[in-house]
Amino acid sequence: MPSEKDVKTAAAPKKTAQAYKLESKQQEISVTEFFEKNKQILGFDSRSKSLLMGIKEAVDNSLDNCEEANILPEVTVRIERLNDEDYKVSIEDNGTGITHKAMPNVFGRLLYGSRFHALRQSRGQQGIGISATIMYGNITTGKPAHAVSKIEGEDEVGWEMDIFIDTKTNRPVITNDRATPWEGKEHGTLIQYTTKGRYITGKQSIFEYLKETAIVNPHAQITFYDPDGTKTVFERATDIMPPRPKEIKPHPEGMEIGDLFKYAGNTQQKNMKAFLRNDFSRITDRLATEILELSKVKETKKPSDLSREDAIAILDAIKKVKIMAPPTDCLSPIGDTLIKKGLMHVLDGLRPEYYATPVTRSPKAVNGNPFVVEAGIVYGGDIPSDGQVQIYRFANRVPLLFKQGDCAITKAISEMDWRRYGLEQRGGKGIPYGPAIILVHVASTKVPFTSEGKEAVASFPELQSEIGLALRLCARNLKSHLNKQERKNKTHAKFEIVQEILPDMAEKVSTHLNKPVPDLSRTITKIMNVVWVEPEVKKENKKLRTITYTIYNYTTQPRSIRLHAQVPKEAVNLSLFSGEYFLDMNDEGKANWEIKDLAPSTSTKVTFELSGEMADTFDADDIYFSGLNPVIVMGAEMLPGDWGIKGLDIVQTTEDDLVPEDEEDVQEAEDLDDE
Amino acid sequence: MNDRQKVALDSLTGVISNIYDQLDRGDIPAMNLPMRSKKNIEFDTRHNVWTYGDLKTARTAKTVQGAVSMLRTAYTTDFINDMIREGKSSTLREMYYISEGWHNAKFHTQDESNLLAEDLETITGCMREDFKLRPEESGAHVYGDLNFTTITTKGTWKTNNCIDDVPETGFAVPYKVENDTFQIKPGNVKFIMAIETGGMFARLIENGFPEQYNCALVHLSGQPARSTRRLIKRLNEEFNLPVTVFTDGDPWSFRIYASVAYGAIKTAHISEYLATPTAQFIGITPSDILNYDLPTDKLSDKDIGALNAELSDPRFADEYWVNEIQAMLSMGKKAEQQALAKYGLEYATGVYLPEKLTDMGIL
Repeated sequence: MPSEKDVKTAAAPKKTAQAYKLESKQQEISVTEFFEKNKQILGFDSRSKSLLMGIKEAVDNSLDNCEEANILPEVTVRIERLNDEDYKVSIEDNGTGITHKAMPNVFGRLLYGSRFHALRQSRGQQGIGISATIMYGNITTGKPAHAVSKIEGEDEVGWEMDIFIDTKTNRPVITNDRATPWEGKEHGTLIQYTTKGRYITGKQSIFEYLKETAIVNPHAQITFYDPDGTKTVFERATDIMPPRPKEIKPHPEGMEIGDLFKYAGNTQQKNMKAFLRNDFSRITDRLATEILELSKVKETKKPSDLSREDAIAILDAIKKVKIMAPPTDCLSPIGDTLIKKGLMHVLDGLRPEYYATPVTRSPKAVNGNPFVVEAGIVYGGDIPSDGQVQIYRFANRVPLLFKQGDCAITKAISEMDWRRYGLEQRGGKGIPYGPAIILVHVASTKVPFTSEGKEAVASFPELQSEIGLALRLCARNLKSHLNKQERKNKTHAKFEIVQEILPDMAEKVSTHLNKPVPDLSRTITKIMNVVWVEPEVKKENKKLRTITYTIYNYTTQPRSIRLHAQVPKEAVNLSLFSGEYFLDMNDEGKANWEIKDLAPSTSTKVTFELSGEMADTFDADDIYFSGLNPVIVMGAEMLPGDWGIKGLDIVQTTEDDLVPEDEEDVQEAEDLDDE
Repeated sequence: MNDRQKVALDSLTGVISNIYDQLDRGDIPAMNLPMRSKKNIEFDTRHNVWTYGDLKTARTAKTVQGAVSMLRTAYTTDFINDMIREGKSSTLREMYYISEGWHNAKFHTQDESNLLAEDLETITGCMREDFKLRPEESGAHVYGDLNFTTITTKGTWKTNNCIDDVPETGFAVPYKVENDTFQIKPGNVKFIMAIETGGMFARLIENGFPEQYNCALVHLSGQPARSTRRLIKRLNEEFNLPVTVFTDGDPWSFRIYASVAYGAIKTAHISEYLATPTAQFIGITPSDILNYDLPTDKLSDKDIGALNAELSDPRFADEYWVNEIQAMLSMGKKAEQQALAKYGLEYATGVYLPEKLTDMGIL
């Protein structure tokens, strides 16, 4: 598709009135007709994909709009099957609505949109989406789209109209334009269109797209009616809105000559120096002077008079001076807590065994373009274990369902050796195998896609390396969980011995010999010789969990131990503070308990409740201890040095703690195959 | 209850008392057992068989495996006690099913129950028959001029001649062949030939080999059951009948011969009852494959692994076996007994066996 950039580059140096006229005409004719002839470039290349792309564009717009206006999004997608290949699609949101005047252009004109020049992390990045969808519907079925919108305000009414796009002029043709009360709706937009398509299920389906959208947009509620009328609601997992992404001015680094002409042509600034200083980020007064001196362009020159030679010289100069990296606070990553929340919310049905703490890397900038990478891993449960892991790819909170093989995310995953993190992988390369889902989110003011269809992220070394680092951190969490799980199994084996097998054995031999049952506590102490912490989580209801830690003293002496856990502060209630062993909790939710002089062969419990929507984010296995020699504690990790709590030095124990030997039975009868 | 059973019961109770005393003292229960692997078999010069050496494995209740097997010992002892008292017996398979009600002591596979029975044998020095446990497998079949006198289920004695009174499949050997229930009177038999496959066993009977050469055939049907080996041992020891073994020519068949002649590793604690040290190997040897130009199959990876394992097995550590095993490894081929049929149905009985047996000095 010839973008505005290309046209400008070719036309600008001539700058005659005639040329400009010609240019604008060329653009209008070519854009719409070009699209009609090259639908596949925008992703409308198959019937099933066309149906998805339309919904994707509309939903992305709705979520962007709600985010900008700080509204918790409620989006409803409805698909009706009219006949074998005709579908009626409607997408309704609770966004700001669109003014009556703007409606025809928003829905009926390609490349019309508020975002095309803005540098900001947003889902849609060109104004081609929804109007292209409408045009595709117009072309394939001959039917107009229908739009309804209402903006906030006591006196406002909604407006509805039928929209048809004239492909020759790129202008909307409006019919049946009329006011509507739209009862029960305060504000929002509904777009409805008929289109040729094919409804499918599976990895590249509308359902999958909405599900993954719900994961990375836990603040949104998405309702979906499929063609069979089945209703699925992806409930809102949190009321916390993502921070509104800030707009930034373009950063000069990595700018191409066409960009420079575009900015120079549009600027309000009167001279080159003001243009450089005010229209770009990170260009100071001093830097502007330096650039202009180096490029021998006069400070007073009007930006619109910029010649091609000037532009090349300025770009050269920009490469020579040192400019600060662009600000990165314009990015809005999802954040580890909300990624986990979103994953837990949507994947609950799979009952995963473990959600590796998601990782949000700090933002980086390359070529004047800031980006941030986030990753998460979900493991075990009912996630299929016999195939390759599932990869959830996201760019600016939009799921990427196509061209997995071309994507920088897939490349980064394939280049890691996952075997050392507990997943299977042939030869330490390629997509790993096992019961896992790997999530990677790339957020940027300008995500580098491999094509206009925005289906795969293009690879560059800095991005690859960031994705790799995020995944490694996450994978390390997974590995430590798997190790912990293995230790736990060993612990449970001992528990089984002392709690079940030994009592049973004592009972059986005593009966056989007709003698009294011996007291087992000394034997048990010798076998275990540990203080054992056993976590248990009881799910009382959706928003209430009871956490219990049972502490067994299977040693020969009374023991004192402190326990530490980081609990979600929002979820604690009085039950925590009134607990018998509770000491204190700090601002970060780090809670401490102390058990004093627990007698040998006895046990006690630390119990508390977590309530509210953050209750389920607590992993009871993340329990730490201090005050005891780590060799005699099982079921809890030693308090890490960076925990940041004063006065919790480890008390050195001098008594001769029997270290449990990890004796395994010598392999008996290794070659028994000869009878 | 007979004496053997009383001894068995007393030793089992000893094992139980030992566990009880350790628990009562507050110790972790532990038992020492002979290590049952090829690392721990020694040649017993008194009986000329291979038995377990002095290496022990410690089984302790510190591990789930150890604790569970001690618990099983307790349950099994109880069970055996009941059987002896009530005059019943059970198959190992039945014991496996009975263990369904034993909670943590339940056997999860038949192998586990078999292994435990062998454990009890090694600990107590008794035989599993003394514990009233019998194997599932039937013994082998015997054809030749031998007379066996056995007790019928009605309690009367009955004598069968293993040519005249049996079908062409031979006499079915019971699981227990001790003199108290199984008496032997040899007829005109001069030597014993143990045969691996049913096909060769039937071929020899059809060709009239036993009658022609005064030979008793014992069909091993793969790895021979204990009673089969015990019967061969008795025929050899009590009646001085030479024993020969005729198998396929592959690594697994060498092990069949070894278990007849030297004792199996798994039952090395009772090798002196089961092994017949003077048993001679007829073939098929690797040299036979060359000398008789027999049709062959390629050795599989598993076969090669088995041959290499045999090279480190003390039972095969003599010049004859090392040479044969290395010959097979270098030719990379194996052959079945029935490959002799390449030269016609009469070839095994008319040429091969007479030649081999003459070389061995049996004929």
